[in-house]
Amino acid sequence: MTAVKTENLTYTYGIGTPFEKTAVNDVNLEIEQGELVGIIGHTGSGKSTLIQHLNGLLKPTSGRILIDGADIWDKSANRRDVRFKVGLVFQYPEYQIFEDTVEKDIAFGPKNMGLSDDEIKKRVIETAEIVGLSPEILTKSPFELSGGQKRRVAIAGVMAMEPSVLILDEPVAGLDPRGREKILAQIKTYHAKKNATVLLISHSMEDVARYASKILVMNEGSVYCYEDTPIVFSKAEELAKMGLSVPQITKVFLKLKERGFDVRTDIYTIDFAIKKLLEMKN
Amino acid sequence: MLKDITIGQFFPGNSLLHKLDPRFKIIITGIFIAMLFAAQTFTALIPGVVFMIIGYAASKIPFSLMIKSLKPIIPIIIFTSILNLFFLDGIVIFKLWIIKITYDGVTYTGMMIIRIIALIAGSSLLTYTTSPIALTDAIESLLSPLKKIKFPVHELAMMMSIALRFIPTLIEETDKIMSAQKARGADMESGGLIHRAKALTPILVPLFVSAFSRAMELATAMECRCYRGGEGRTRLKQLSSSARDYLTTSFSLIFLNMVFLLNVYMAG
Ligand SMILES: Nc1ncnc2c1ncn2[C@@H]1O[C@H](COP(=O)(O)OP(=O)(O)OP(=O)(O)O)[C@@H](O)[C@H]1O
Ligand SMILES: [Mg+2]
Repeated sequence: MTAVKTENLTYTYGIGTPFEKTAVNDVNLEIEQGELVGIIGHTGSGKSTLIQHLNGLLKPTSGRILIDGADIWDKSANRRDVRFKVGLVFQYPEYQIFEDTVEKDIAFGPKNMGLSDDEIKKRVIETAEIVGLSPEILTKSPFELSGGQKRRVAIAGVMAMEPSVLILDEPVAGLDPRGREKILAQIKTYHAKKNATVLLISHSMEDVARYASKILVMNEGSVYCYEDTPIVFSKAEELAKMGLSVPQITKVFLKLKERGFDVRTDIYTIDFAIKKLLEMKN
Repeated sequence: MLKDITIGQFFPGNSLLHKLDPRFKIIITGIFIAMLFAAQTFTALIPGVVFMIIGYAASKIPFSLMIKSLKPIIPIIIFTSILNLFFLDGIVIFKLWIIKITYDGVTYTGMMIIRIIALIAGSSLLTYTTSPIALTDAIESLLSPLKKIKFPVHELAMMMSIALRFIPTLIEETDKIMSAQKARGADMESGGLIHRAKALTPILVPLFVSAFSRAMELATAMECRCYRGGEGRTRLKQLSSSARDYLTTSFSLIFLNMVFLLNVYMAG
């Protein structure tokens, strides 16, 4: 089933001013339910602009957006309901925290949905567990927490709405390697547990390679390609031309091939690489 | 959207107006305001309006931008027009029950509308064509005689330039926070006054938190670079005036004189 679909989606910032800029240009996408999509692209390629259309925060200059088959800008559509269905975690989401306890802040979204107190409580506890916040943190003030913990509170705040499509804009930017690893694993947990569609913007090819089943490559406002992960990373040269790279392990295999070894070039995780190398050895 | 506010925004360019010395631009803006307020009749308003139109032509700022900058003041114009139109005494030209419109009311209102529009549109040109930094440098330079009476001119200018510098940042930040809260289902468009005021908490709290932390960071950064106030500071960009600036100022003074002459002739 198609969860997210865009038709000729175009968005121009600042129409009629000297700063006019078409950030998203004629994008046609079809994302299947349950997919974990990595979105990559050069800085300024329109990734953030694109995803803000998917929950109706930005109104397209032209084109349509369909969530579960329904046009979200249809006259009868309710954009607030769309936002509960399509959860969006912005870049550096910790700036959105405002309540005096972590618990209340995570409950903000579910409360806006009009859920019962019991249900809200249940969701807060469940999502806090998914993102690895211990129960005693829930009663603390979010402003006393570390940067990484704040980030998790903010992500939990969106997850608690249990959106069927979860979109995250560079959720691990500016975190240490262990913190990154944990948050990515938690996103994966949410994906598996709720059978949700997840869209993940990232500048790290390694992260995308490890977690995404499909990759969307954006280039100058357009979709360059939307394919399965191995297919995208086998186009190393084309990606390099766009100022993108491939995971280091893929580079190793490309160099091996260059030197005349008969190896595959669609290898992008270390585990898989080891397996293939061992196979060759035997 | 908040981004649509253009008052106080700077549009980089290379026109005559962009190149003028900012100190003279401030003085000329003062002369322009004098033109509008010295005028006592419709005819005497013409030089001011013409001066403004010449200014727009010389600045190469699109006319549509001027229209846009006027949008936010429409309610003010309507409100004051209604007050003036119905509550001024004079020769009555229309009367219905207790409502009466007078000849004086109509002329006064008409002049006021032209004045407000010209005032906003004309003085916006100053900020459209002058970068905030150039503007505060110019204010500091113009106010420097006050240093003699121990007035903290440099500090005032520094505070102004920091404030101006952060307006766009704060607008952007507010936009971002609003989007983030809307994404969590915050409802800011419906409900009564109290509900709407309450709905502002999720926006104001993060905004204040970030504004304070930015202020602290900036203060630390300035101290790390040994900022010690105005004493003995030199400038990277020196303000310098040329014949162009004096000519433009004289040109504006001619227009101001025309206003005075028209006042006298039209009255006589
Ligand atoms: N609010 C805005 N007003 C005007 N132009 C904007 C605005 N936001 C983004 N742009 C422009 O639109 C283009 C796409 O920006 P966008 O933020 O979508 O890129 P991105 O792919 O998310 O980049 P990054 O990887 O740096 O986050 C850029 O050229 C940017 O300058
Ligand atoms: Mg972005």
